[in-house]
Amino acid sequence: MSGGVLVLGEISDDGLRLSTLELIAAGLELAERGAGPVTVALIGSDAAAHAEEVSVAGVEEVILAAPAQERFEAHVWEAALGALIKARRPAVVLAGHTADSLGFAPAVAARLRLGFASDVTWVAWEQGGPLARRGAYGERLIAELDFPAKETVLLLLRPGACGARADAGGTGASARISRVELDLDGVARTERIELREAQAGEVDIAKADFLLSIGRGVGGGERIGELERLAERMGATLSGSGPLVEAGLLSRARKVGQSGHTVAPRVYLALGISGAAPHVAGMSKARTIIAVNSDPDARIFDVAHYGAVADLFEVAAELERQLS
Amino acid sequence: MKILVPVKQVASIGGDFTLDGAGELDPRALHWQANEWDAFSLEAALQLAESSSAGEGFEVVVVTVADEHDEEGLRACLAMGADRALRVWDPALAGVDDPLAIAAVLAAVARREDPGLILCGVQSSDSANAATGVALAGLLDLARVAVVTAIEQDGGELTVQRELDGGAVETLRLSLPALLTIQTGINEPRRANLRAIRQARSKPLAELALSDLDLDGAGVREAAGARTVRLLERERGGGASMLEGPPAAIAGRIVELVTRELRA
Repeated sequence: MSGGVLVLGEISDDGLRLSTLELIAAGLELAERGAGPVTVALIGSDAAAHAEEVSVAGVEEVILAAPAQERFEAHVWEAALGALIKARRPAVVLAGHTADSLGFAPAVAARLRLGFASDVTWVAWEQGGPLARRGAYGERLIAELDFPAKETVLLLLRPGACGARADAGGTGASARISRVELDLDGVARTERIELREAQAGEVDIAKADFLLSIGRGVGGGERIGELERLAERMGATLSGSGPLVEAGLLSRARKVGQSGHTVAPRVYLALGISGAAPHVAGMSKARTIIAVNSDPDARIFDVAHYGAVADLFEVAAELERQLS
Repeated sequence: MKILVPVKQVASIGGDFTLDGAGELDPRALHWQANEWDAFSLEAALQLAESSSAGEGFEVVVVTVADEHDEEGLRACLAMGADRALRVWDPALAGVDDPLAIAAVLAAVARREDPGLILCGVQSSDSANAATGVALAGLLDLARVAVVTAIEQDGGELTVQRELDGGAVETLRLSLPALLTIQTGINEPRRANLRAIRQARSKPLAELALSDLDLDGAGVREAAGARTVRLLERERGGGASMLEGPPAAIAGRIVELVTRELRA
């Protein structure tokens, strides 16, 4: 084939990542607008085990590329994706904007001189080519991108952002399964010494119904204790955004967002969280989002269902008082 | 060993701004500052240089692709402890901020400097592509690890940790030469003291034109992965309905909402 959409699935230690089904849904939408047939590629020694899951209606072909490498290794994945693109020459390649993809996809794009954009939140097919949108200037604005004179365009889509339904199509369809042999011996350049799971016996924020989540707005950390007590009072689990974790104020197990947890609680109460993209990627699926921030322009208000422009500690003190 | 540290100034938009009809932004609305991630990658380079027990000569070189306005940023890196700075500029680069295009320029610099290690920030806070470093590794065919949260060096080997989605941490070993993209929080970037700031004025800061790197503006533009068609305003306030009133009223509404949603 040349043309069409190649979706690169992602398999983690826990199985097929949900974002893969979103990518397929986005690919099928491009196909409807004339981008050509959708092919899903799975790389990894356990790729075959997930072939059926990705054979949703509308997917024409599933390519299984199984290197000897058991787990994700950035250089092996780079070589595998590069070989698939050279062999198939798709018009668009869709992959997730994830920790793994960031380790190899930009290298593939640079070496093969592909069209490329990362952290894409909207994609369309117009006038015979893809059009993508992503944040600009710290997401104060949206940049619309095109890719003139690029035969293949590689787009990394932000998980949960493109509005594509993860259950699009429904299973039970019969895509053609092809196995591809790739000579990838000796390509790996890193060796895994250890994998440490996020937490052992510690809190699991991904399973919580109610998260009280805090961000940079809490300041230097002197007053986090107040919010811990409030979370307990409200029956909420405490979580937070990346900067607090990087500053050592909150344990890694409580981190929401990119390189932390993706959460979907019934209620997400965000106190002092600005709503930067990596954080929003991890919580936008919460059923009800309530945000308190002193900055009326905070981006968290774009994803929140309810918002209040106020000092978070004043609101926290009132919550404490009203619940005691 | 030479460590190359690419840095950049990032643009943020001040309070009020307007887009013109063509979806372009008046550059006067922009404020510039050092990219948050770069302080961590530079600090990591300085710590590796300082911990060299073998007494091997380390050199930390910072590089940026920017016009003369960014010299101040490079001087700040020199004050932090970098030994030397390079600034690549050519009028043909005006407006070029595509990660693959910048990676193409940096690759030419790296070929000339031949560093043993390149440390990039994971991303910049303005465009947040998280792509330039790994694209650079691809162009140079360098071993690389992205989103690194710890580094140890033992001779020609590195042991590093990287963050995975979900908060797991993977420990990897790789051989030099290599490129790492560094996550914030990996260390505590030092602040330059006055003496260091004064000394930085006499450290070498070289300017390179594209022709010094056997590149030209057209070639760099062709390497770009995308073209910005236009800028759009974000939809403000999405569907958030705002809770008004004093903190007590807001807290009251929050209690109501939480109770209702958890019961539903």
